[in-house]
Amino acid sequence: MFRYRIRSFLHWRRQSVASSGNPEGIVMTDFKNNHAQEWPYPVNYGKENEVEADVLVLGGGVAGCHAAVSAAKRGAKVVVVDKGAVIRSGSGGAGVDHWHGAYTNPCSKVTPDEVMDFVIKAFGPYSFGEYGNGISCYIQCNESYDALMDLEKMGIKVRDVDDEFVGADFRDEKTKLMFAYDYENRYCIRVNGGADIKVALYKEMQRLGVQIYDRIMATMLLTEDGRQGGRVVGAAGIHTRTGEFHIFRSKAVILSMAVPAGQWIFETELIGFGSSFNDPNNSGDGTAMAWNAGAELALMERSGRALTSGFFRYPPYGTGDHNNTWFACSIVDANGKEIPWVDRDGNVIEKVSDRYKPAPGQKFFGYGRRGPYEIWGPSLIPNLSECIKNGEYVLPLYADLPGMPAHERRAIWGLMVYNEGKCRIIYDTYNKAGFDPDKDMLQLAVLPPEQYGRGPNWETYGPGQWREVAFGGGGGIIFDWDLRTNLEGLYVAGSQQYSGGTHAHAAATGRYSGRKATRYALGTELQPIDRGQIEREKRRVYAPITRKDGVGWKEMRAGLCRIMQDYCGEYKNEETLRMGIRWMDSIFESEASRAYARNPHELCRSLENLTHITVGKIIMEASLARRASSLHLDFKRMDYPEVDPPEWDKIVTMRLENGDITTGELPLEYWLQPPYAPSYEENYRKHRDLEREGE
Amino acid sequence: MAEKAYLVPNPKTPCKVIVFDLDLCTACNMCVDVCRTDVMVPNPEEGKPPLVLYPDECWFCGCCAADCPVPGAITVEYPLNQRVGWKRKETGEYFRIGMKNPPPPNTKPPVC
Repeated sequence: MFRYRIRSFLHWRRQSVASSGNPEGIVMTDFKNNHAQEWPYPVNYGKENEVEADVLVLGGGVAGCHAAVSAAKRGAKVVVVDKGAVIRSGSGGAGVDHWHGAYTNPCSKVTPDEVMDFVIKAFGPYSFGEYGNGISCYIQCNESYDALMDLEKMGIKVRDVDDEFVGADFRDEKTKLMFAYDYENRYCIRVNGGADIKVALYKEMQRLGVQIYDRIMATMLLTEDGRQGGRVVGAAGIHTRTGEFHIFRSKAVILSMAVPAGQWIFETELIGFGSSFNDPNNSGDGTAMAWNAGAELALMERSGRALTSGFFRYPPYGTGDHNNTWFACSIVDANGKEIPWVDRDGNVIEKVSDRYKPAPGQKFFGYGRRGPYEIWGPSLIPNLSECIKNGEYVLPLYADLPGMPAHERRAIWGLMVYNEGKCRIIYDTYNKAGFDPDKDMLQLAVLPPEQYGRGPNWETYGPGQWREVAFGGGGGIIFDWDLRTNLEGLYVAGSQQYSGGTHAHAAATGRYSGRKATRYALGTELQPIDRGQIEREKRRVYAPITRKDGVGWKEMRAGLCRIMQDYCGEYKNEETLRMGIRWMDSIFESEASRAYARNPHELCRSLENLTHITVGKIIMEASLARRASSLHLDFKRMDYPEVDPPEWDKIVTMRLENGDITTGELPLEYWLQPPYAPSYEENYRKHRDLEREGE
Repeated sequence: MAEKAYLVPNPKTPCKVIVFDLDLCTACNMCVDVCRTDVMVPNPEEGKPPLVLYPDECWFCGCCAADCPVPGAITVEYPLNQRVGWKRKETGEYFRIGMKNPPPPNTKPPVC
């Protein structure tokens, strides 16, 4: 019956395209030849394909690929599924320039346990980024260097093997490792060849016999008896080019898909470029499918004002800069007057080489003035905005690469700006246009004065309603020291965990999750799938192709983002949040039930909109559940203005049980409370599961 | 001057996003295979560069150009409102991407 409807729809579609000339959206490169061309891939909606695996990896980004490699090495039959093409997909697919948390590298003067003491305790245990969750932070601290060494074995240079930087302060002459930020403590590694890591991982997976399924959008987790909260027994999804239906049966599932990016911002003409910092495929499908399966989520109320997302910003690392990839470039004003660098106490740092050293008496430093004073690093003068306002420095500002020592200049423009994700085209495009770092100073964006003196200079604040969850700044799925969720058989890695956001974190947690999921999978059997669950999902996912017209996916996406901006922006209260949920529900039963899709690609984008509705509602429900404002979570409840009252120092959790939301709570640092051991080291040793490799 | 005009929609994006050099492109479709969002599809006409179907979804990750076997066959084009300028320190001259009479290209290879 259902298949018959699809067939008749296809018949209609061919007729209508033939008669109506060029419908909106059909190949735009050939305007004069104004005819619709047929979709280039064979379309077969509803056709079922079934695959079996020990370990199914959903999301073939950096975390997923390391998970797959680690599982395959331990003898598991591994299948990787990705919405894009695994060879380059994921937010880290275009590269990485520096490798965080390599505290076990032979040159590091900081140990993982020292980091936990300084960072987790001082930052606050639900704070930003990879430091958000103690379990994955500790895994990163202990294994990110191992993951980098794995990559070296796959052919990534990593070190200065060509001796380009002999004698540089950041180079260790014995190991040829190169470091970023703190040259004395040497825990962050500059990665030679980082631009091609994903290609190397892809080849390694092929060598190990991992089965890779590109261009399949996973849409649901299959559970035992189709029951919410039941054991996870596989997943299903549709092909983004053919529309075929794929069923993956597996003993264990690793969810390594991305954070729900782009919930607030949607640029209709430059979706990929301007909507979110993250890969435009990152719509939150992983979060939504885990939620629907009954997984427990945490901190979904957390978000930040958009800096890296939205169309006001410039290409990442593509303006003059002094942070991150560009640390610690000299900055001069329009008249060539240099802006001083200072240490954490405000003392001017005279020599460039001292910008890479801790302050007197300081153990080590982190990133600018973020986090606690103990780890504040060198920065431009903290009152830069004031100095620009009062005319001491004249806009525009420039990054004075020619004024930097030769090794630093070459490291910034050539090593970092090239290997960092999306920076290869910056290097190529700017160089081709004649930019020469030996002679030229790259301009910084001209911003309102108050926006200077914070993060990287390509970032720009848009309207206050624009929020984002980039770099681990959002919520995610709760997990234990085995990276297992509350659902049997379901493991999480990378930014699917609440925390994360760096390439090294994704690699380290992916690697660990591969071991844990394999151990579980090899001790269990494939379970039957529930046919009713499959049929329900097929009805849901193919509905848009049965409609002739109605609402296109772009209009829907823009509308859903507007709801998040209006009702769940920086300022929110019980009224706005309930109103937002009402709007989401109303759109779900009205416009969403009239959404159309004219090919498999539009179908997937249309299904992402349903994900946006699910995730948007989760974020608003979580925001309702936290009846207090929080500085740590960048969370403002206008009706509960008290900031971080002690009774709310806890993690609010939510999950679906028989279709109803159940809220719960976990203590901060739940990972050091019973049933776990009281120390990081002990938990890690007990759970890491390295013994089989004899490590 | 009499010239035919056509009923065509507005340009879909502010810029072309991906530009092929017709002489260099071998129509191998490597760029189609690596693109995360299917910006391009194979050209139904054999031997022709891929069609840029969804330029609006381009993330500007540059993987198509990076993995293209023929250097220079693909140019990734930033929209005009995303282009940055620079100043030559010694002379004070100001340059930008896309300017008339640009300085000669800098051919220094990257570290990789």
